[in-house]
Amino acid sequence: MAETQIPVTVLTGYLGAGKTTLLNRILSENHGKRYAVIVNEFGEIGIDNDLIVESDEEVFEMNNGCVCCTVRGDLIRVVEGLMKRPGGFDGILVETTGLADPVPVAQTFFMDEEVKARSKLDAVVTVADAKNLLARLADSHEAEEQIAFADVILLNKADLVSKDELAVVERRIRGINPHALIHRTERCAIPLDRVLDRGAFDLDRILSIEPDFLEGGHDHDHHHDHDHDHDGHDHHHHHHDIAGSGIASVSLRAGALDPKAFFPWIERITQEFGPQILRLKGILSFKDDGERYVVQGVHMIIEGNHQRPWKDSEKRESRLVFIGRKLDEAMLKAGFEACLA
Amino acid sequence: MPTIQEFPFGAFVVQVAFLGETAVFALGDGTIRLVDGPAAVSVAAHGGAVLSADVVRDGRRLVTGGDDGVVAAVDAKGGIAKLAERPRKWIDHVAAGPNGAVAFSVGREAVVRAADGTERSFSHQRAVSGLAFAPKGFRLAVARLDGVTLWWAGTDAAPVTLEWKGAHLGVSYSPDGKFVVTTMQENALHGWRLEDGRDMRMSGYPAKPRSMSWSVKSRFLATSGANAAILWPFHFKDGPMGKSPLELGAREVLVTRVACHPREEVVAVGYQDGMVLAIRFQDGSESLLRRPGNGTDGPVTALGWADSGKHLAFGTEQGAGGVISL
Repeated sequence: MAETQIPVTVLTGYLGAGKTTLLNRILSENHGKRYAVIVNEFGEIGIDNDLIVESDEEVFEMNNGCVCCTVRGDLIRVVEGLMKRPGGFDGILVETTGLADPVPVAQTFFMDEEVKARSKLDAVVTVADAKNLLARLADSHEAEEQIAFADVILLNKADLVSKDELAVVERRIRGINPHALIHRTERCAIPLDRVLDRGAFDLDRILSIEPDFLEGGHDHDHHHDHDHDHDGHDHHHHHHDIAGSGIASVSLRAGALDPKAFFPWIERITQEFGPQILRLKGILSFKDDGERYVVQGVHMIIEGNHQRPWKDSEKRESRLVFIGRKLDEAMLKAGFEACLA
Repeated sequence: MPTIQEFPFGAFVVQVAFLGETAVFALGDGTIRLVDGPAAVSVAAHGGAVLSADVVRDGRRLVTGGDDGVVAAVDAKGGIAKLAERPRKWIDHVAAGPNGAVAFSVGREAVVRAADGTERSFSHQRAVSGLAFAPKGFRLAVARLDGVTLWWAGTDAAPVTLEWKGAHLGVSYSPDGKFVVTTMQENALHGWRLEDGRDMRMSGYPAKPRSMSWSVKSRFLATSGANAAILWPFHFKDGPMGKSPLELGAREVLVTRVACHPREEVVAVGYQDGMVLAIRFQDGSESLLRRPGNGTDGPVTALGWADSGKHLAFGTEQGAGGVISL
């Protein structure tokens, strides 16, 4: 069994947003790393040092009675094949088609034991077109899911819209996904360490890099390499929902929890409402437990781990964020608060 | 006492087999290593990794498919022939059939190449995940999502489909031609009795049962995917239904590969830690063929007997491989 898990970056984005530009940038930059790139179709990409694999998206349901447990069979096959090559890879990039649902891609890295043992989802990176995103969100279910599911969003073509328009688009993104890192870009120009090997999907790691991640009520300006103001936008209400949008987030906050109450509750919630939950992320404080506990999930899949001891300077509290469809905020809030120790 | 001749091949051992007395090892670095005597000869067969390999039925050549899009055949002397090529595609699976025919798959397409080089293609809705020829007749089983398609490889006759919901991975025909069995994504096997299409579900594995091997006269199907080799009895009228399998060689580590002896009721079992045992069906008596690796070998990924049953070739994920002589 391989000792190290290869980081996998999933690139999503609507047609024309600039995904291929980003991919070409990643492949042509002189970073000295070796990537395997899984694409749906050979386009105008291809650099000697990297391996490009063409693969048809093959989504299927796992036979475990859970209709939302869909995986990409082709990824299982390709990752398995790549492992036979000597020397290994520094990373795997999966480019999805503009219309692809990112969920099965992400779930593949949780649901298949062999893939899970060898590779690890690093981040879902979504390239969005600043000029056309609002229109896409209005008419495309997939565009919305790609934003909801992202860990990192490149708000590309930022030079083609005014500062005010950009602020509106960003606010809209925040309404769907309050915790993704947003980078404004032109022609996808961005230092690659902001995109690759982020560990953004792995809360465990992103929290050690960005301790304020998941800080509801704060803005995320300090992560960005650009300035923007919030135009009086209020981040303090915790339920973000946009008229006409099916996807919303619910941010919950409470004190120390009783693990005997929390685990059965989250288990039940993910079993019952899994199909509606796109992502969940949380940092939890348990009673009489000196370590932070982090949880993350996709639909019905949930994983948790102790991360590190709480620092004296930190407020010991529990924060949990759900991103999904038709989430009942009052019910989630009441249930979460009932887990208080 | 068995003797062992081992080589540090240094690349994932995808498949092992014997061409007569010569042991052949198909590797992830695209080479084929041939062992007949003290040294291993290396032959470059592919520009990328070998993904799949099978011995041609006359026992003289090993057919390999690679991620370089090439289907190659290697003989015991190291001679290489390129049988087919699909540039920029992966040859995911290969299988050897009657009269020198070879089947290979590229994504959703299965191709049967006759000995004279003519090709016939069979398209599927989803990717081909496994190939196997029937022991008799020119018939090809193709595993895919939700079942298996049985094609008459020499004609345009409509195929027979065997349906069972789920992702089917490897596929195997019993040597007596009575059963088709697949390994599945969800840690189970699925089988069909061909005479009446009856379904057989074999589950309970903690991991994917990736390796299947039929014992002499199709009496048992040995499988990996548990902490012991699991052998399902197929010598009853209804196959393994309602019967308990044999569990041989139980250890704390996972069985990753199995290979039944060609003549006796003995199975070679390879484990996650690189250990190899030979185990007798009748009394479960074990003989140690290879000790666990020192932690750097990785799991056993390939096992294959010589036709005589006197030699066993093995290989591991991290590229250890060799020949054990009994």
